[in-house]
Amino acid sequence: MNISGITGNPGEWVKGDGSNHQIVISSRIRLARNLREMPFPGWAKKAERIGILEQIKKVVDNLPEMKSALSEYLQDLSALDKQILVERHLISREHAAKSTGSAVVVNPAQTLSMMINEEDHLRMQSLRPGLQLRGAYKLLDRVDTTLESQLDFAWHPQLGYLTACPTNVGTGMRASAMVHLPALVLGEQINQVIQAVNKIGLAVRGLYGEGTEAMGNLFQVSNQTTLGEKEEEIIARLTKVIETIIQHEENARISLLDKKPGVLLDQIGRAYGILTNSWSMASKEALNLLSFIRLGTDLRFFPEESRLPVDELFMETQPAHLQKSASRKLSAEERDSLRAEIIRHKLKSLPAPDSVKAKQSPGPSGDKPAPNDE
Amino acid sequence: MLCDICKSNEASVFLTQIIDGKSQNVNLCDSCSKEYNVTDPTGFALADLLLGLGAGQEIQKGAAGSVCPICGFTQADFKKTGRLGCSACYDVFPEQLTSLLKAVHKGTHHTGKIPARQHQSLLHRDRLKSLQDDLDHAIHDEDYEKAATLRDQIRDLPKEGAHAV
Ligand SMILES: [Zn+2]
Ligand SMILES: [Zn+2]
Repeated sequence: MNISGITGNPGEWVKGDGSNHQIVISSRIRLARNLREMPFPGWAKKAERIGILEQIKKVVDNLPEMKSALSEYLQDLSALDKQILVERHLISREHAAKSTGSAVVVNPAQTLSMMINEEDHLRMQSLRPGLQLRGAYKLLDRVDTTLESQLDFAWHPQLGYLTACPTNVGTGMRASAMVHLPALVLGEQINQVIQAVNKIGLAVRGLYGEGTEAMGNLFQVSNQTTLGEKEEEIIARLTKVIETIIQHEENARISLLDKKPGVLLDQIGRAYGILTNSWSMASKEALNLLSFIRLGTDLRFFPEESRLPVDELFMETQPAHLQKSASRKLSAEERDSLRAEIIRHKLKSLPAPDSVKAKQSPGPSGDKPAPNDE
Repeated sequence: MLCDICKSNEASVFLTQIIDGKSQNVNLCDSCSKEYNVTDPTGFALADLLLGLGAGQEIQKGAAGSVCPICGFTQADFKKTGRLGCSACYDVFPEQLTSLLKAVHKGTHHTGKIPARQHQSLLHRDRLKSLQDDLDHAIHDEDYEKAATLRDQIRDLPKEGAHAV
Protein backbone atom coordinates (compact mmCIF):
# COMPACT_ATOMS: atom_id res chain seq x y z
CA MET A 1 0.00 0.00 0.00
CA ASN A 2 1.28 3.50 -0.75
CA ILE A 3 0.72 6.79 1.02
CA SER A 4 -2.23 7.83 -1.15
CA GLY A 5 -4.01 4.67 -0.02
CA ILE A 6 -3.85 6.12 3.48
CA THR A 7 -4.54 9.77 2.70
CA GLY A 8 -7.45 8.91 0.40
CA ASN A 9 -9.43 7.10 3.12
CA PRO A 10 -10.38 8.03 6.65
CA GLY A 11 -9.20 5.45 9.18
CA GLU A 12 -11.59 2.72 10.21
CA TRP A 13 -11.71 4.23 13.66
CA VAL A 14 -13.43 7.36 12.27
CA LYS A 15 -16.31 5.35 10.82
CA GLY A 16 -16.50 2.73 13.53
CA ASP A 17 -18.94 2.70 16.38
CA GLY A 18 -17.22 1.43 19.49
CA SER A 19 -19.01 1.50 22.82
CA ASN A 20 -19.94 4.97 24.07
CA HIS A 21 -18.80 6.43 20.74
CA GLN A 22 -21.06 9.46 21.12
CA ILE A 23 -18.88 10.88 23.88
CA VAL A 24 -15.66 8.90 23.51
CA ILE A 25 -14.31 9.50 20.00
CA SER A 26 -11.36 7.11 20.11
CA SER A 27 -9.12 5.00 22.33
CA ARG A 28 -5.37 4.66 21.86
CA ILE A 29 -2.66 2.48 23.39
CA ARG A 30 1.04 3.04 22.71
CA LEU A 31 3.88 0.74 23.78
CA ALA A 32 7.60 1.61 23.78
CA ARG A 33 10.21 -1.10 23.17
CA ASN A 34 13.99 -1.07 22.66
CA LEU A 35 16.62 -3.57 21.59
CA ARG A 36 18.89 -4.75 24.40
CA GLU A 37 22.21 -2.90 24.74
CA MET A 38 21.80 -1.04 21.47
CA PRO A 39 22.14 2.76 21.61
CA PHE A 40 18.75 4.54 21.75
CA PRO A 41 17.87 6.53 18.57
CA GLY A 42 18.85 9.87 20.12
CA TRP A 43 22.32 8.58 21.04
CA ALA A 44 23.02 6.17 18.15
CA LYS A 45 25.28 7.15 15.26
CA LYS A 46 23.63 7.27 11.85
CA ALA A 47 25.00 3.89 10.73
CA GLU A 48 23.90 2.25 13.99
CA ARG A 49 20.46 3.80 13.65
CA ILE A 50 20.08 2.47 10.11
CA GLY A 51 21.21 -1.00 11.25
CA ILE A 52 18.64 -1.05 14.06
CA LEU A 53 15.94 0.23 11.70
CA GLU A 54 16.57 -2.55 9.17
CA GLN A 55 16.57 -5.21 11.88
CA ILE A 56 13.21 -4.05 13.30
CA LYS A 57 11.51 -3.13 10.01
CA LYS A 58 12.10 -6.60 8.57
CA VAL A 59 10.28 -8.19 11.52
CA VAL A 60 7.47 -5.60 11.60
CA ASP A 61 6.86 -5.91 7.83
CA ASN A 62 6.38 -9.67 8.29
CA LEU A 63 3.70 -9.37 10.96
CA PRO A 64 0.42 -10.94 9.81
CA GLU A 65 -1.31 -7.77 11.13
CA MET A 66 0.79 -5.70 8.72
CA LYS A 67 -0.24 -7.47 5.52
CA SER A 68 -0.46 -4.91 2.65
CA ALA A 69 0.62 -2.18 5.07
CA LEU A 70 2.05 1.22 4.26
CA SER A 71 5.74 0.84 5.08
CA GLU A 72 7.91 3.87 4.38
CA TYR A 73 11.27 5.34 5.29
CA LEU A 74 10.67 8.83 6.56
CA GLN A 75 13.05 10.42 4.06
CA ASP A 76 10.79 9.09 1.29
CA LEU A 77 7.67 10.90 2.55
CA SER A 78 6.86 14.53 1.73
CA ALA A 79 6.37 17.04 4.56
CA LEU A 80 2.67 17.18 3.68
CA ASP A 81 2.22 13.40 3.82
CA LYS A 82 3.95 13.28 7.20
CA GLN A 83 1.64 16.05 8.44
CA ILE A 84 -1.40 14.08 7.31
CA LEU A 85 -0.16 11.09 9.32
CA VAL A 86 0.17 13.43 12.32
CA GLU A 87 -3.37 14.77 11.86
CA ARG A 88 -4.61 11.17 11.69
CA HIS A 89 -2.76 10.47 14.99
CA LEU A 90 -0.77 7.73 13.23
CA ILE A 91 2.64 9.25 14.01
CA SER A 92 3.81 11.86 16.51
CA ARG A 93 4.97 15.37 15.65
CA GLU A 94 8.44 14.35 16.81
CA HIS A 95 8.47 11.40 14.43
CA ALA A 96 7.32 13.58 11.51
CA ALA A 97 10.47 15.66 12.05
CA LYS A 98 12.71 12.58 11.51
CA SER A 99 14.33 11.57 8.24
CA THR A 100 17.01 8.97 7.35
CA GLY A 101 17.20 6.18 9.91
CA SER A 102 13.50 6.19 10.83
CA ALA A 103 10.41 4.56 9.34
CA VAL A 104 6.65 4.24 9.74
CA VAL A 105 4.46 1.19 9.15
CA VAL A 106 0.62 1.53 9.14
CA ASN A 107 -1.93 -1.23 8.51
CA PRO A 108 -4.54 -0.58 5.77
CA ALA A 109 -7.38 -0.03 8.29
CA GLN A 110 -5.18 2.60 10.04
CA THR A 111 -5.82 0.97 13.40
CA LEU A 112 -2.23 -0.15 14.01
CA SER A 113 0.89 1.93 13.47
CA MET A 114 4.59 1.48 14.21
CA MET A 115 7.15 4.23 14.54
CA ILE A 116 10.67 2.86 14.19
CA ASN A 117 13.42 5.01 15.74
CA GLU A 118 11.29 7.74 17.24
CA GLU A 119 12.62 8.40 20.76
CA ASP A 120 12.67 4.64 21.34
CA HIS A 121 13.63 1.96 18.82
CA LEU A 122 10.00 0.95 18.44
CA ARG A 123 6.76 2.61 19.41
CA MET A 124 3.65 0.75 18.39
CA GLN A 125 0.15 2.07 18.61
CA SER A 126 -3.34 0.66 18.37
CA LEU A 127 -6.28 2.99 17.69
CA ARG A 128 -9.98 2.12 18.14
CA PRO A 129 -13.26 4.02 17.87
CA GLY A 130 -15.18 4.67 21.09
CA LEU A 131 -14.11 3.43 24.49
CA GLN A 132 -12.14 0.28 23.72
CA LEU A 133 -8.90 0.54 25.65
CA ARG A 134 -8.96 -3.15 26.57
CA GLY A 135 -9.50 -4.25 22.98
CA ALA A 136 -6.78 -1.91 21.76
CA TYR A 137 -4.34 -3.31 24.33
CA LYS A 138 -5.23 -6.91 23.55
CA LEU A 139 -4.27 -6.46 19.89
CA LEU A 140 -1.05 -4.64 20.76
CA ASP A 141 -0.10 -7.22 23.40
CA ARG A 142 -0.46 -9.97 20.81
CA VAL A 143 1.64 -8.06 18.27
CA ASP A 144 4.27 -7.36 20.95
CA THR A 145 4.42 -11.06 21.86
CA THR A 146 5.03 -11.98 18.21
CA LEU A 147 7.73 -9.32 17.92
CA GLU A 148 9.55 -10.31 21.10
CA SER A 149 10.02 -13.86 19.82
CA GLN A 150 12.19 -12.40 17.07
CA LEU A 151 13.65 -9.25 18.67
CA ASP A 152 15.57 -9.14 21.95
CA PHE A 153 13.75 -6.35 23.79
CA ALA A 154 15.49 -4.68 26.71
CA TRP A 155 13.76 -5.79 29.90
CA HIS A 156 14.88 -5.61 33.53
CA PRO A 157 13.46 -7.76 36.38
CA GLN A 158 12.91 -4.70 38.60
CA LEU A 159 12.31 -1.93 36.05
CA GLY A 160 10.46 -3.82 33.31
CA TYR A 161 10.81 -2.52 29.75
CA LEU A 162 13.74 -0.09 29.51
CA THR A 163 13.17 3.12 27.55
CA ALA A 164 15.25 6.10 26.45
CA CYS A 165 13.46 8.28 28.98
CA PRO A 166 13.10 7.06 32.57
CA THR A 167 9.53 8.39 32.74
CA ASN A 168 8.42 5.53 30.44
CA VAL A 169 10.07 2.46 32.05
CA GLY A 170 8.00 -0.39 33.40
CA THR A 171 5.09 -1.14 31.11
CA GLY A 172 6.30 1.40 28.53
CA MET A 173 2.59 1.97 27.98
CA ARG A 174 0.51 5.10 27.40
CA ALA A 175 -3.23 4.66 27.21
CA SER A 176 -5.48 7.55 26.20
CA ALA A 177 -9.03 8.32 25.14
CA MET A 178 -10.34 11.34 23.26
CA VAL A 179 -13.60 12.58 24.78
CA HIS A 180 -16.12 15.16 23.55
CA LEU A 181 -17.49 17.17 26.49
CA PRO A 182 -19.51 20.14 25.17
CA ALA A 183 -22.13 20.10 27.95
CA LEU A 184 -19.53 20.10 30.73
CA VAL A 185 -17.85 23.07 29.01
CA LEU A 186 -21.17 24.92 28.47
CA GLY A 187 -22.22 24.18 32.04
CA GLU A 188 -18.83 25.41 33.32
CA GLN A 189 -18.20 22.17 35.18
CA ILE A 190 -15.19 21.15 33.12
CA ASN A 191 -12.54 22.54 35.48
CA GLN A 192 -13.94 20.54 38.38
CA VAL A 193 -13.82 17.39 36.32
CA ILE A 194 -10.27 18.07 35.18
CA GLN A 195 -9.10 18.67 38.72
CA ALA A 196 -10.73 15.48 39.97
CA VAL A 197 -9.07 13.47 37.20
CA ASN A 198 -5.70 15.10 37.93
CA LYS A 199 -5.95 14.18 41.59
CA ILE A 200 -5.82 10.49 40.78
CA GLY A 201 -2.69 10.77 38.67
CA LEU A 202 -4.18 10.97 35.18
CA ALA A 203 -3.51 13.74 32.68
CA VAL A 204 -6.06 15.79 30.71
CA ARG A 205 -5.15 17.69 27.59
CA GLY A 206 -7.09 19.85 25.18
CA LEU A 207 -7.00 18.67 21.59
CA TYR A 208 -4.30 19.94 19.20
CA GLY A 209 -3.87 22.93 21.46
CA GLU A 210 -3.50 25.67 18.91
CA GLY A 211 -5.54 28.13 20.93
CA THR A 212 -5.58 28.92 24.59
CA GLU A 213 -8.57 26.73 25.35
CA ALA A 214 -9.43 23.18 24.40
CA MET A 215 -10.69 23.28 20.81
CA GLY A 216 -13.89 21.65 19.73
CA ASN A 217 -14.63 20.71 23.38
CA LEU A 218 -12.32 17.75 22.81
CA PHE A 219 -10.09 16.46 25.60
CA GLN A 220 -7.62 13.62 25.90
CA VAL A 221 -7.37 11.66 29.13
CA SER A 222 -4.29 9.49 29.68
CA ASN A 223 -2.14 7.73 32.29
CA GLN A 224 0.94 9.58 33.52
CA THR A 225 2.93 6.81 35.17
CA THR A 226 4.21 3.53 33.75
CA LEU A 227 6.05 1.82 36.63
CA GLY A 228 4.46 0.07 39.60
CA GLU A 229 1.14 -0.98 38.05
CA LYS A 230 0.21 -3.78 35.64
CA GLU A 231 -0.96 -2.86 32.12
CA GLU A 232 -4.45 -4.18 32.93
CA GLU A 233 -4.58 -2.14 36.15
CA ILE A 234 -3.70 1.08 34.34
CA ILE A 235 -6.34 0.37 31.68
CA ALA A 236 -9.01 -0.58 34.24
CA ARG A 237 -8.37 2.60 36.23
CA LEU A 238 -8.47 4.80 33.14
CA THR A 239 -11.60 3.08 31.79
CA LYS A 240 -13.40 3.57 35.09
CA VAL A 241 -12.51 7.26 35.17
CA ILE A 242 -13.67 7.74 31.58
CA GLU A 243 -16.97 6.00 32.34
CA THR A 244 -17.46 8.44 35.20
CA ILE A 245 -16.68 11.38 32.89
CA ILE A 246 -19.26 10.02 30.40
CA GLN A 247 -21.88 9.99 33.14
CA HIS A 248 -21.04 13.55 34.15
CA GLU A 249 -21.30 14.70 30.54
CA GLU A 250 -24.66 12.92 30.12
CA ASN A 251 -25.98 14.40 33.33
CA ALA A 252 -24.83 17.83 32.17
CA ARG A 253 -26.68 17.30 28.87
CA ILE A 254 -29.88 16.32 30.64
CA SER A 255 -29.59 19.29 32.94
CA LEU A 256 -29.02 21.70 30.00
CA LEU A 257 -32.02 20.30 28.13
CA ASP A 258 -34.06 20.61 31.25
CA LYS A 259 -32.98 23.99 32.63
CA LYS A 260 -31.50 25.91 29.70
CA PRO A 261 -33.04 24.52 26.51
CA GLY A 262 -32.99 28.02 24.97
CA VAL A 263 -29.24 28.44 25.45
CA LEU A 264 -28.62 24.99 24.01
CA LEU A 265 -30.84 25.48 20.97
CA ASP A 266 -29.31 28.90 20.37
CA GLN A 267 -25.74 27.49 20.38
CA ILE A 268 -26.65 24.63 18.06
CA GLY A 269 -28.74 26.85 15.77
CA ARG A 270 -25.97 29.46 15.47
CA ALA A 271 -23.39 26.75 14.76
CA TYR A 272 -25.67 25.44 12.00
CA GLY A 273 -26.24 28.91 10.57
CA ILE A 274 -22.57 29.88 10.50
CA LEU A 275 -21.24 26.55 9.20
CA THR A 276 -23.75 26.42 6.33
CA ASN A 277 -23.32 30.08 5.29
CA SER A 278 -19.63 30.95 5.71
CA TRP A 279 -17.14 31.71 2.99
CA SER A 280 -14.06 31.80 5.19
CA MET A 281 -13.41 29.85 8.36
CA ALA A 282 -10.36 29.30 10.57
CA SER A 283 -9.64 25.81 11.85
CA LYS A 284 -10.38 26.65 15.47
CA GLU A 285 -13.76 28.19 14.69
CA ALA A 286 -14.66 25.19 12.55
CA LEU A 287 -13.82 22.73 15.34
CA ASN A 288 -15.78 24.68 17.93
CA LEU A 289 -18.87 24.95 15.72
CA LEU A 290 -18.69 21.33 14.51
CA SER A 291 -18.64 20.33 18.16
CA PHE A 292 -22.14 21.79 18.56
CA ILE A 293 -23.42 19.99 15.47
CA ARG A 294 -22.05 16.77 16.93
CA LEU A 295 -23.79 17.53 20.23
CA GLY A 296 -26.99 18.35 18.29
CA THR A 297 -26.80 14.95 16.59
CA ASP A 298 -26.35 13.17 19.95
CA LEU A 299 -29.43 15.07 21.21
CA ARG A 300 -31.39 14.26 18.01
CA PHE A 301 -31.74 17.84 16.82
CA PHE A 302 -30.22 16.40 13.63
CA PRO A 303 -30.81 13.01 11.99
CA GLU A 304 -28.38 10.22 12.86
CA GLU A 305 -27.13 10.15 9.22
CA SER A 306 -25.35 13.46 9.80
CA ARG A 307 -22.95 11.89 12.33
CA LEU A 308 -20.46 10.46 9.85
CA PRO A 309 -20.10 13.58 7.63
CA VAL A 310 -19.65 15.74 10.72
CA ASP A 311 -16.99 13.40 12.16
CA GLU A 312 -15.23 13.37 8.81
CA LEU A 313 -15.18 17.16 8.77
CA PHE A 314 -13.24 17.19 12.07
CA MET A 315 -10.45 15.48 10.14
CA GLU A 316 -10.85 16.96 6.65
CA THR A 317 -10.75 20.59 7.79
CA GLN A 318 -7.29 20.28 9.34
CA PRO A 319 -4.52 22.14 7.48
CA ALA A 320 -2.61 19.24 5.88
CA HIS A 321 -5.79 17.46 4.83
CA LEU A 322 -7.00 20.68 3.16
CA GLN A 323 -3.75 21.14 1.27
CA LYS A 324 -3.85 17.54 0.15
CA SER A 325 -7.37 17.95 -1.23
CA ALA A 326 -6.29 21.11 -3.08
CA SER A 327 -3.14 19.29 -4.31
CA ARG A 328 -1.03 22.36 -3.71
CA LYS A 329 0.33 24.55 -0.96
CA LEU A 330 -2.28 27.04 0.23
CA SER A 331 -1.93 30.36 1.99
CA ALA A 332 -3.78 30.75 5.29
CA GLU A 333 -6.50 32.79 3.52
CA GLU A 334 -6.94 30.18 0.80
CA ARG A 335 -7.12 27.47 3.45
CA ASP A 336 -9.88 29.29 5.33
CA SER A 337 -11.91 29.78 2.20
CA LEU A 338 -11.45 26.17 1.05
CA ARG A 339 -12.38 24.96 4.56
CA ALA A 340 -15.64 26.97 4.47
CA GLU A 341 -16.40 25.59 1.01
CA ILE A 342 -15.86 21.95 2.05
CA ILE A 343 -18.04 22.41 5.12
CA ARG A 344 -20.87 24.11 3.17
CA HIS A 345 -20.76 21.38 0.59
CA LYS A 346 -20.74 18.53 3.09
CA LEU A 347 -23.52 20.00 5.24
CA LYS A 348 -25.69 20.96 2.25
CA SER A 349 -28.22 18.21 2.96
CA LEU A 350 -28.20 18.74 6.73
CA PRO A 351 -31.67 20.03 7.75
CA ALA A 352 -32.02 22.88 10.24
CA PRO A 353 -32.04 21.72 13.88
CA ASP A 354 -35.41 20.28 14.89
CA SER A 355 -36.14 21.02 18.52
CA VAL A 356 -39.53 19.26 18.50
CA LYS A 357 -38.02 15.92 17.57
CA ALA A 358 -35.31 16.34 20.18
CA LYS A 359 -37.84 16.91 22.95
CA GLN A 360 -39.75 13.76 22.05
CA SER A 361 -36.71 11.54 22.38
CA PRO A 362 -36.26 9.78 25.71
CA GLY A 363 -32.73 10.75 26.60
CA PRO A 364 -29.68 12.53 25.25
CA SER A 365 -28.10 9.40 23.78
CA GLY A 366 -28.85 5.89 22.68
CA ASP A 367 -26.08 3.99 24.40
CA LYS A 368 -25.89 5.55 27.79
CA PRO A 369 -24.95 3.46 30.80
CA ALA A 370 -27.23 3.26 33.85
CA PRO A 371 -27.88 6.71 35.28
CA ASN A 372 -25.61 7.90 38.02
CA ASP A 373 -27.17 7.99 41.47
CA GLU A 374 -25.38 10.91 43.02
CA MET B 1 -6.91 28.74 35.34
CA LEU B 2 -3.59 30.43 34.47
CA CYS B 3 -0.49 28.67 33.17
CA ASP B 4 2.00 27.76 35.92
CA ILE B 5 5.03 28.51 33.78
CA CYS B 6 4.35 31.88 32.11
CA LYS B 7 1.58 32.90 34.54
CA SER B 8 -0.12 34.90 31.81
CA ASN B 9 -2.00 32.62 29.39
CA GLU B 10 -5.05 30.51 30.16
CA ALA B 11 -4.06 26.88 30.83
CA SER B 12 -5.25 24.16 28.46
CA VAL B 13 -3.09 21.22 29.54
CA PHE B 14 -3.58 19.85 33.02
CA LEU B 15 -1.08 17.45 34.52
CA THR B 16 -0.25 16.03 37.90
CA GLN B 17 3.24 15.14 38.93
CA ILE B 18 3.92 12.94 41.90
CA ILE B 19 7.05 13.87 43.79
CA ASP B 20 8.00 11.60 46.68
CA GLY B 21 4.46 10.36 46.98
CA LYS B 22 2.84 13.80 46.99
CA SER B 23 0.89 14.88 43.98
CA GLN B 24 1.24 18.35 42.60
CA ASN B 25 -0.83 19.87 39.80
CA VAL B 26 0.80 21.51 36.82
CA ASN B 27 -1.37 23.54 34.47
CA LEU B 28 0.15 24.73 31.23
CA CYS B 29 -0.93 27.07 28.48
CA ASP B 30 -0.71 26.02 24.92
CA SER B 31 2.62 27.58 24.03
CA CYS B 32 4.33 26.39 27.23
CA SER B 33 2.98 22.88 26.77
CA LYS B 34 4.40 22.93 23.24
CA GLU B 35 7.74 24.11 24.53
CA TYR B 36 7.78 21.25 27.03
CA ASN B 37 6.43 18.97 24.36
CA VAL B 38 3.52 17.57 26.32
CA THR B 39 0.61 18.05 23.90
CA ASP B 40 0.53 14.45 22.70
CA PRO B 41 -0.90 12.20 25.42
CA THR B 42 0.88 9.14 24.14
CA GLY B 43 3.98 11.09 23.20
CA PHE B 44 5.85 10.19 26.39
CA ALA B 45 7.14 13.76 26.55
CA LEU B 46 6.55 14.51 30.20
CA ALA B 47 10.18 13.92 30.99
CA ASP B 48 11.50 17.41 30.36
CA LEU B 49 8.73 18.93 32.38
CA LEU B 50 9.16 16.56 35.29
CA LEU B 51 12.93 16.77 35.11
CA GLY B 52 12.68 20.52 34.93
CA LEU B 53 10.36 20.90 37.89
CA GLY B 54 12.07 19.04 40.68
CA ALA B 55 13.23 15.59 39.83
CA GLY B 56 16.15 16.89 37.80
CA GLN B 57 18.14 17.83 40.86
CA GLU B 58 18.24 14.19 41.89
CA ILE B 59 20.47 13.42 38.95
CA GLN B 60 23.09 15.87 40.07
CA LYS B 61 23.46 14.26 43.49
CA GLY B 62 25.23 11.18 42.16
CA ALA B 63 28.99 10.95 41.69
CA ALA B 64 30.14 12.35 38.37
CA GLY B 65 32.35 10.34 36.08
CA SER B 66 30.34 7.13 35.59
CA VAL B 67 30.43 6.00 31.96
CA CYS B 68 28.28 3.29 30.37
CA PRO B 69 30.63 0.51 29.21
CA ILE B 70 28.28 -0.42 26.37
CA CYS B 71 27.44 2.93 24.77
CA GLY B 72 29.83 5.47 26.35
CA PHE B 73 27.05 7.61 27.78
CA THR B 74 28.01 9.75 30.79
CA GLN B 75 26.17 11.31 33.66
CA ALA B 76 26.74 14.73 32.10
CA ASP B 77 24.96 13.52 28.95
CA PHE B 78 21.99 12.43 31.04
CA LYS B 79 21.84 15.76 32.82
CA LYS B 80 21.87 17.52 29.48
CA THR B 81 19.22 15.45 27.66
CA GLY B 82 17.10 13.75 30.34
CA ARG B 83 17.41 10.59 28.22
CA LEU B 84 19.72 7.59 28.56
CA GLY B 85 22.14 6.18 25.98
CA CYS B 86 21.13 2.52 25.96
CA SER B 87 19.37 -0.06 28.11
CA ALA B 88 22.63 -0.92 29.92
CA CYS B 89 22.85 2.67 31.20
CA TYR B 90 20.15 1.76 33.75
CA ASP B 91 22.74 -0.33 35.61
CA VAL B 92 25.43 2.36 35.38
CA PHE B 93 23.60 5.14 37.27
CA PRO B 94 21.36 3.14 39.62
CA GLU B 95 21.15 5.44 42.67
CA GLN B 96 20.33 8.58 40.73
CA LEU B 97 17.75 6.73 38.67
CA THR B 98 16.10 5.14 41.68
CA SER B 99 15.30 8.48 43.28
CA LEU B 100 14.16 9.88 39.95
CA LEU B 101 11.88 6.89 39.33
CA LYS B 102 10.50 7.14 42.84
CA ALA B 103 9.68 10.77 42.16
CA VAL B 104 7.80 10.30 38.90
CA HIS B 105 6.17 6.87 39.13
CA LYS B 106 3.57 5.08 41.20
CA GLY B 107 5.99 2.40 42.35
CA THR B 108 9.62 1.35 41.97
CA HIS B 109 9.02 -2.23 40.78
CA HIS B 110 7.60 -3.44 37.50
CA THR B 111 4.58 -5.70 38.02
CA GLY B 112 3.37 -5.91 34.42
CA LYS B 113 4.19 -7.97 31.35
CA ILE B 114 7.18 -10.32 31.36
CA PRO B 115 8.55 -11.29 27.93
CA ALA B 116 8.38 -15.05 27.34
CA ARG B 117 12.14 -15.48 27.13
CA GLN B 118 12.59 -13.61 30.42
CA HIS B 119 9.80 -15.61 31.96
CA GLN B 120 11.70 -18.82 31.34
CA SER B 121 14.90 -17.58 32.91
CA LEU B 122 13.00 -16.14 35.89
CA LEU B 123 11.23 -19.48 36.39
CA HIS B 124 14.58 -21.20 36.15
CA ARG B 125 16.03 -18.89 38.77
CA ASP B 126 13.09 -19.47 41.15
CA ARG B 127 13.26 -23.26 40.67
CA LEU B 128 17.01 -23.32 41.24
CA LYS B 129 16.68 -21.23 44.38
CA SER B 130 13.98 -23.43 45.88
CA LEU B 131 15.95 -26.62 45.13
CA GLN B 132 19.04 -25.11 46.72
CA ASP B 133 17.09 -24.11 49.84
CA ASP B 134 15.75 -27.68 50.10
CA LEU B 135 19.28 -29.03 49.66
CA ASP B 136 20.59 -26.78 52.45
CA HIS B 137 17.83 -28.05 54.73
CA ALA B 138 18.49 -31.68 53.84
CA ILE B 139 22.21 -31.30 54.60
CA HIS B 140 21.42 -29.49 57.83
CA ASP B 141 19.05 -32.33 58.81
CA GLU B 142 21.71 -34.88 57.72
CA ASP B 143 19.19 -36.44 55.31
CA TYR B 144 21.85 -37.44 52.78
CA GLU B 145 19.59 -39.59 50.67
CA LYS B 146 17.30 -36.61 50.03
CA ALA B 147 20.33 -34.38 49.49
CA ALA B 148 21.64 -36.69 46.79
CA THR B 149 18.28 -36.62 44.97
CA LEU B 150 18.14 -32.82 45.16
CA ARG B 151 21.72 -32.52 43.87
CA ASP B 152 20.72 -34.66 40.85
CA GLN B 153 17.69 -32.48 40.24
CA ILE B 154 19.81 -29.33 40.30
CA ARG B 155 22.32 -30.94 37.91
CA ASP B 156 19.51 -31.92 35.54
CA LEU B 157 17.86 -28.48 35.43
CA PRO B 158 18.00 -27.07 31.88
CA LYS B 159 20.81 -24.52 31.64
CA GLU B 160 19.72 -20.89 31.76
CA GLY B 161 19.71 -19.28 28.34
CA ALA B 162 19.54 -22.67 26.63
CA HIS B 163 16.02 -22.01 25.32
CA ALA B 164 15.50 -20.95 21.75
CA VAL B 165 16.05 -17.28 20.92
ZN1 LIG C 1 2.37 29.50 29.67
ZN1 LIG D 1 24.50 2.84 27.81
